[in-house]
Amino acid sequence: MLLYILRRILYVTPVALGVSVICFLLVHLAPGDPLTAVMPIDATAQQQAEMRQAYGFDRPLPVQYGIWLWKVLRGDLGHSIATGRPVLSEVSRAVGNSLILASVATLIGFTFGTFFGFVAGYFRDSPLDKAASALSVFGVSVPHYWLGIVMVIIFSAQLGWLPPTGAGPDGSGNWRPDAEHLRYIILPAVTMSVIPMGIIARTVRALVADILGQEFVQALRAKGLGEWGVFKHVVTNAAPTALAVMGLQLGYLLGGSILIETVFAWPGSGFLLNAAIFQRDLPLLQGTILVLAMFFVMLNLIVDVLQTVLDPRIQRA
Amino acid sequence: MAAIAEPLAPAPARTSHGYWSGVAMRLTRDPVAMVALAIILAIVLAAIFAPLIAPAEPFRGSMIRRLKPIGFPGYPLGSDELGRDMLTRLIYGGRLSLFIGVTPVLCAFMIGASIGIFAGYLGGWINTLLMRIVDVFFAFPSVLLAIALSGALGAGILNSIVSLTIVFVPQIARVAESVTTQIRSRDYVEAARVSGAGAFTIVRVHVLGNVLGPIFVYATGLISVSMILASGLSFLGLGVKPPEAEWGLMLNTLRTAIYTQPMVAALPGMMIFLTSISFNLFSDGLRSAMEVKQ
Repeated sequence: MLLYILRRILYVTPVALGVSVICFLLVHLAPGDPLTAVMPIDATAQQQAEMRQAYGFDRPLPVQYGIWLWKVLRGDLGHSIATGRPVLSEVSRAVGNSLILASVATLIGFTFGTFFGFVAGYFRDSPLDKAASALSVFGVSVPHYWLGIVMVIIFSAQLGWLPPTGAGPDGSGNWRPDAEHLRYIILPAVTMSVIPMGIIARTVRALVADILGQEFVQALRAKGLGEWGVFKHVVTNAAPTALAVMGLQLGYLLGGSILIETVFAWPGSGFLLNAAIFQRDLPLLQGTILVLAMFFVMLNLIVDVLQTVLDPRIQRA
Repeated sequence: MAAIAEPLAPAPARTSHGYWSGVAMRLTRDPVAMVALAIILAIVLAAIFAPLIAPAEPFRGSMIRRLKPIGFPGYPLGSDELGRDMLTRLIYGGRLSLFIGVTPVLCAFMIGASIGIFAGYLGGWINTLLMRIVDVFFAFPSVLLAIALSGALGAGILNSIVSLTIVFVPQIARVAESVTTQIRSRDYVEAARVSGAGAFTIVRVHVLGNVLGPIFVYATGLISVSMILASGLSFLGLGVKPPEAEWGLMLNTLRTAIYTQPMVAALPGMMIFLTSISFNLFSDGLRSAMEVKQ
């Protein structure tokens, strides 16, 4: 087991390095120089060359990558071109807000998803099962940014129950766990929860249907165990996979929240990314994406390790 | 020993035609898939013949007839923030929305399938290397990678197509690789190799026929994701630019109208949803129709 976990950690290293290469190259994908956007329009060729030298853009790419990686490893993600502030502090504030939103959404999605999944798995081909599979198709097919707008139309514009945008009464400041701020997280979190809800419902349905068809369940019933007792066995067997899917969904939501955060003006990483793109703030873009992708890689690792601890039969190579 | 005495039944002359007509038959018996296909065809045909069926001009606005409700005389689905006919723009919008949604999947299908089959057939360290590179791309959630790439490349239709292609290539390559690896070790491929068939012949005759089906099904499912992402990029301002008609962009420009004309503002997103769910349901139907044989 320990060996497996160690091997898994070791395996993450090249992936993480690859991710850093892609993030580094992102800046160089951009047309022209990363500095063109910020340089004064009347900068002379000499000024441009000086600037380029000052930022190290005149060196060969592999050297630039080495220098950049060394800085990143020490927690230096550079400075935002637009604001001049360190990228790391901007990103960590935004990722905090995104993490709150994504966690609440995952929790909602997981609660309802497992419920629908269990019901559908227990009563296969019943109307409830059909409704649950309709829900999962809806969850993966709906453009969530549109769903967000529809939610705002219904619950803010028409009914006036919930605020349409922002993370709190002070606009797009940080979110805090109190009653007033809670009203602001409902719409974006419910909108976001639809995706994991559908996927978790589908997974749990398949798991439950599979477990119920296995011999040990028949044996449990044959020895006279009540339906509640059988249910507990089903839960124990379905839990590791369901939890793993939940963990992965959290990662997807964290990285994929940009569209929903834009719709709701949520002060998270998606919002930051949007600003970085339109101000052509490439260091900020690069830093945000690096942090989000690394988060996703680490989450994958944690999920894998936890799953192995929970259920030692699963040792994926 | 009845088994020996019995004459061998002549092997049914199974051609690929027989298999595909079976698939088509099973597919036509699947009401959900058929409805989905009908919706897709209707949207595609409407987009192709837009100039013939659209009631108005897609770019001609009217400052005094802005944001009219659904059913307003002369505007069956209302008008947008510049007084342009919504029905017309939704019909025309299908052209760009379908183009930017389907093209990346087509490109990724060709590139990804080639990489995956190449890697899977060769095996060894080349396979390992290619698949480790693919793993790196899987370390990014698709939405994040798409936005990161098109954000770095800059706004525009071509850049959005390139970004989404890069997002989908690793996904298709992984499917192609795993199917090819399974097939490569089958006895008939081994037999072909022993009997002296070259690598190219084996891939063309034995591998492609068995691999393309599963990849194709997977790719049709990706169209749904691609439509949502492509229109999402336009929604963010990274794809199609105004004044073009495209559903994601229309959804964005109509956001200011959610208090005055909520139904009209929701229409473009409705179209993205309808297209995406139809592709998803059709892909599900195709999957079950094609997998019966395996």
